[in-house]
Amino acid sequence: MLQLRNIHKTYFGASPLHVLKGIDLTVEDGEMIAIMGASGSGKSTLLNIIGILDTYDEGEYYLNKVSIKNPSETIAADFRNRMIGFVFQSFNLIPYKTALENVALPLYYQNVSRKKRNQLALEYLEKMDLQAWANYFPNQLSGGQKQRVAIARALITKPKVILADEPTGALDSKTSIEMINLFKELNQKGMTIVMVTHEQMVADAAGRIIHIKDGIINQSLSES
Amino acid sequence: MKIELFSEIITSLKRNKLRTFLTGFSIAWGIFMLIVLLAAGNGLKNGVTSNFSSSTLNTLQLFASRTSMPYNGYPKGRKITMNNSDSIFMAYSFPEVGEVIPVYPLGYKTIYNQKKYASGEITAVLPEYFAMKAIDIEYGRPINNLDMKEKRKVIVLCRKDAELLFGTPTPVNQVVVVDNIVYQVIGVYANERFGWRTESFIPLTSAQSIYNTADHIDRIVCTLNGLTTEAENDSFNLKLQQRLSVKHKYHPDDNQAIFIWNSLRDYLQTIKIFSAISIFVWVIGVGTLIAGIVGVSNIMLITVRERTKEFGIRKALGAKPSAIIRLIIAESLLVTAAFGYVGMFFGILLTEIINTIMANGATATEGNTPVIFQNPTVDISIALAATFVLVVAGVLAGYFPARKAVAIKPIEALRYE
Repeated sequence: MLQLRNIHKTYFGASPLHVLKGIDLTVEDGEMIAIMGASGSGKSTLLNIIGILDTYDEGEYYLNKVSIKNPSETIAADFRNRMIGFVFQSFNLIPYKTALENVALPLYYQNVSRKKRNQLALEYLEKMDLQAWANYFPNQLSGGQKQRVAIARALITKPKVILADEPTGALDSKTSIEMINLFKELNQKGMTIVMVTHEQMVADAAGRIIHIKDGIINQSLSES
Repeated sequence: MKIELFSEIITSLKRNKLRTFLTGFSIAWGIFMLIVLLAAGNGLKNGVTSNFSSSTLNTLQLFASRTSMPYNGYPKGRKITMNNSDSIFMAYSFPEVGEVIPVYPLGYKTIYNQKKYASGEITAVLPEYFAMKAIDIEYGRPINNLDMKEKRKVIVLCRKDAELLFGTPTPVNQVVVVDNIVYQVIGVYANERFGWRTESFIPLTSAQSIYNTADHIDRIVCTLNGLTTEAENDSFNLKLQQRLSVKHKYHPDDNQAIFIWNSLRDYLQTIKIFSAISIFVWVIGVGTLIAGIVGVSNIMLITVRERTKEFGIRKALGAKPSAIIRLIIAESLLVTAAFGYVGMFFGILLTEIINTIMANGATATEGNTPVIFQNPTVDISIALAATFVLVVAGVLAGYFPARKAVAIKPIEALRYE
């Protein structure tokens, strides 16, 4: 599903920061992997490159066998829309849209009709046990509910891969466990999941753990 | 897709009602001022040009006077007289000249009724004079060809004199006396706009026989065709003056001997002044509007900044740059257009109200004074132009903020708090 070959990334600021120093990573269809590492290790940068939110300087990246190299913003947006579902630590729901509208938003950018969009969104909210909250605004929902709305939103376009950046970072431990179980369930149904976390408990749910240290994959720790 | 975009925008505008209102107000005010200023400019223009329309647009008048330059042994100050041959000369020598009407002003005379008298100018004219000067006969009839042929002693009075002499604007079968000659009153015409001047008309042939003027003419009125620019007009005047100077043997550069007055020249100059006023009004109006546009653009910039994170989320979910640009420009366009139309509506409402009040007031004053302000309204073409300005304004106001919104990378936008 994902192939990364010798990915390098440098941020050119006041002093150039070589964040990724040659990442090789392959993620198979239906795999669930966790990327771990200390702050500043480059794990979020890696996830952003996988999610085509950021570019890389050197190397090769294939998403579903398509080479992704400096795409235009329009093409990148299309790839993100059709291939990738994002789940963020801070949920990133749009505050003035209801849960239903938030879930339906990715389909808006596929020009799906409003009726069909809302019908699908309601289906996905049902899968998350949130149909009763469809017309609530994000600030009326609990953290766990918000994250489930975000997951419904990530799933609605039937993406090839779910990218989760610290999905439990803003949740209490009980809700975190629910979230892990949800991810496991999705994975069992065949969804490829890549998540970044620094919580061992979350990482343990993954089939494979990748440790990143100083911009390279730490092979000795990563065998699982 | 359109309704979706619309509802997206409405939601975003609703979140900031006060800001939306204030932004919109600046636009509404701008367009309101533009409409009112343009209407005022139009009112001035309509008023002044309506004074021109009382005589047919392009007329030429020749006034016989005295020479102002010595020529060919003649001293200056020599009196030039015109006669019927000049009328014929005018009619057949120039393709630009249409109808030619000789006029003989008899000057101020006293007009008597049995008990009352009025003082006014008496002018001897041809029947065609009435049509050419667009004289509005209110009662009776103008002078006709039979009056001319039979040298009838008939007179057309102006309403002011008719009321003064008979106490009614419709003096049926009445007579007046001028220089001991009895005239039958055949018609009454509406007062000219310059009401201080009263002028009564008698047939030219009658005047020539009564006052024994032979065929002397003091004034010739002609219509002109095919002259549209001031340059054409001036060169025609010059040509005419040179031809007349040869005929009457005066200096070709002497413009006093036979004074040529051309209404088109005045008309064109007035039109020029009003074009300048019109440009001035547009500059001020559009300037006011630009202040509004800058306001909208400014607010849109703030909105874009506030919504940076939201745009980041939208981009992550697959919003293409074009979708973001469309969203912002459409929002700016909607604010500008909606409030612009509110401003336009109130502007047009105000000018129409003023116009109605003025139209009602005008019947009371009876148009005795020169009109300088009339029908202060804008027409559909100005409303369309203003709409065009609004659309351009809306797109411009949204364009730069939209570019800014698109320029931020999604990853940076997502991090933005």
